[in-house]
Amino acid sequence: MIEKTRSNKAWLLILPMTIVVAFSAIVPLMTVVNYSVQDILGPNTKVYVGFEWFRKVLRDPELHAAFLRQLLFSFSVLALELPLGLGISLVMPRRGWAVSASLVVLALPLLIPWNVVGTIWQIFGRTDIGMGGAALVKLGLHYNYTADRVDAWLTVLVMDVWHWTPLIALLCYSGLRAIPPAYYQAAAIDGASGWSIFRYIQLPKLKNVLVIAILLRFMDSFMIYTEPFVVTGGGPGNSTTFLSQFLTRLAVGQFDLGPAAAFSLIYFLFILVFCYVFYTVMNRVGQG
Amino acid sequence: MAEIVLQSISHSYEAKRGALGEPAPGRPAPTYALRDVELRWRDGGAYALLGPSGCGKTTLLGIISGLLQPTRGRVYYGDKDVTALSSRERNIAQVFQFPVIYDTMTVRQNLAFPLRNRGLGAAEIDRRVGHIAEILELTEVLPMRATRLTADQKQILALGRGLVRQDVAAILFDEPLTVIDPHRKWLLRRKLKEIHKQFHHTLIYVTHDQTEALTFADEVVVMQHGSVLARGTPEDLFRRPAHTYVGYFIGSPGMNVMPCEALRQAGGARARVGAYEIPLPATFEATALGGGLELGIRPEHIVVLGEAEAGGLPVSVTAVEDHGRFRIVSGRLGDHRVKIRIGQASAPESPAGSPAVAVGGTVRVRFQPEHICLYRDGRIVAPIVASIVASIVASGGSSAGEGPP
Repeated sequence: MIEKTRSNKAWLLILPMTIVVAFSAIVPLMTVVNYSVQDILGPNTKVYVGFEWFRKVLRDPELHAAFLRQLLFSFSVLALELPLGLGISLVMPRRGWAVSASLVVLALPLLIPWNVVGTIWQIFGRTDIGMGGAALVKLGLHYNYTADRVDAWLTVLVMDVWHWTPLIALLCYSGLRAIPPAYYQAAAIDGASGWSIFRYIQLPKLKNVLVIAILLRFMDSFMIYTEPFVVTGGGPGNSTTFLSQFLTRLAVGQFDLGPAAAFSLIYFLFILVFCYVFYTVMNRVGQG
Repeated sequence: MAEIVLQSISHSYEAKRGALGEPAPGRPAPTYALRDVELRWRDGGAYALLGPSGCGKTTLLGIISGLLQPTRGRVYYGDKDVTALSSRERNIAQVFQFPVIYDTMTVRQNLAFPLRNRGLGAAEIDRRVGHIAEILELTEVLPMRATRLTADQKQILALGRGLVRQDVAAILFDEPLTVIDPHRKWLLRRKLKEIHKQFHHTLIYVTHDQTEALTFADEVVVMQHGSVLARGTPEDLFRRPAHTYVGYFIGSPGMNVMPCEALRQAGGARARVGAYEIPLPATFEATALGGGLELGIRPEHIVVLGEAEAGGLPVSVTAVEDHGRFRIVSGRLGDHRVKIRIGQASAPESPAGSPAVAVGGTVRVRFQPEHICLYRDGRIVAPIVASIVASIVASGGSSAGEGPP
């Protein structure tokens, strides 16, 4: 038997990481927890209020509306981007110069800063000077994203699809490229149709990639802020006010730190729980 | 089922189909993965395609199965030209290097998949799947998800997907035991032999492992650099390798090959290796003798002489490897490296007692004349074996080159 060497000096090795994580995550999060249970009246006057802010936030009808709007947005985004991204990855070229060309074209939207994406679409959708908006109006449609709720929604949705579908396409493309050719050869020998190949080889082999893509897109879209803020500013009315924007208004606009902190924690927990449940369920499904 | 014939198959992954021949001026000639391969696979035979990585054996398999279209040449199944047909139309089965199974399906669905794709009725599918599962001992795992099988079971399942189609022309194996645990390998190999006995499918088995090839096949085809070097029964390839490369490649360790000159003397033919003379069998008289030859002798066929025996060739010992049941002695005869395989105890040929074999020492050895082969330009010139001549004729003379007159 070889005795394992024991030395408490090993703890020193994880110390740097602990410090980094403490400053990057634990301390800020605890500050938020601290705010969420106090009413801060002024720089030096604060009162402990317990779970009061949580109760208040959870009963706020405006927040309920923003939350439902957010869910609708995130699921619409997933429902559009997943099939589209998967479809694009399936028809992308497999060899030759076209591979690099298509990869560069696809990656372009991902390289643009988010507020620039917002600006691009804000201008693109304008009915006077924007190419998209003006074209729609010329076609005889009553399009105006600054006044019409549906138009505003569609603009933000299309913008997100334009911005993030390439990410899903690239993820799926790399997943498809990783499938060994023997699978396609075996399918050819077994006489499988194109649909069977997709259903029984490509889709199962892409499962892990798709889980990652769904998690990434869900989290990102659930926290979307910059682009709708630049394009619509949350309007018209509150029709495109998603959760982060609601939070920002609460925390920075009205400086209600207590409710904003309580809401942040609820927001954070929701994303965490959703991702955990989704990931666990997908893993169970994989094991059959 | 039918005989499979490959007619002057050449393949290059660079050239366009049918465009082989003269390269366009100013462009480099395409590199060939296969070059003028002529082969004939008897219906119901068990064949092994043996060669090092990159010798073109997997390419050849792809051409037989229809996954690849040869740049030039034709493939026949019986009388039917199948060169242009797809894998599905050719009706072959293939087992790949790692198990290819459909992850989301159960074992039963996996076995039924090729039949469903061909539009068979549910009752017929059930019957065949049940029958094959019985033979492959998969009945108990039929309702299980295929991903839960062990690697060797998965490989058997992959084989089963070929066997459920009763009319397959051939079953091709592309190094199917690569990912299998060593102790399960022999089980799987035994299973393959049983299935071959039962179904009489033509089996073509690609491997770089000589043990697999020699134990599996009735006939072994040895490839190198995209061409067929030799074919024959395992016995032929071991005893009379048609090419020095085959001698190296088959056997453990490979054949000793050393340059020599053959002389005709009063006492019979002799080979001169450096300063030493080695007696050759009397039958070599009739064959072309002279210089520029190579002498091949298997390590198993060199006898270490005992103390009491006279004569022999002096070999200075540089290393001795103990392999348990036998030892491999590495040494030098003059300028030439020699490997000798000797038993652990005294060799039966030297009743005088176990010869002392020690590193740094010298042993005296005798080459058993009946096991000596002579080569010119890598190809065998003596002895002439009927089956080798037959195989040279069968493969159009391209495999073993010009035979002796």
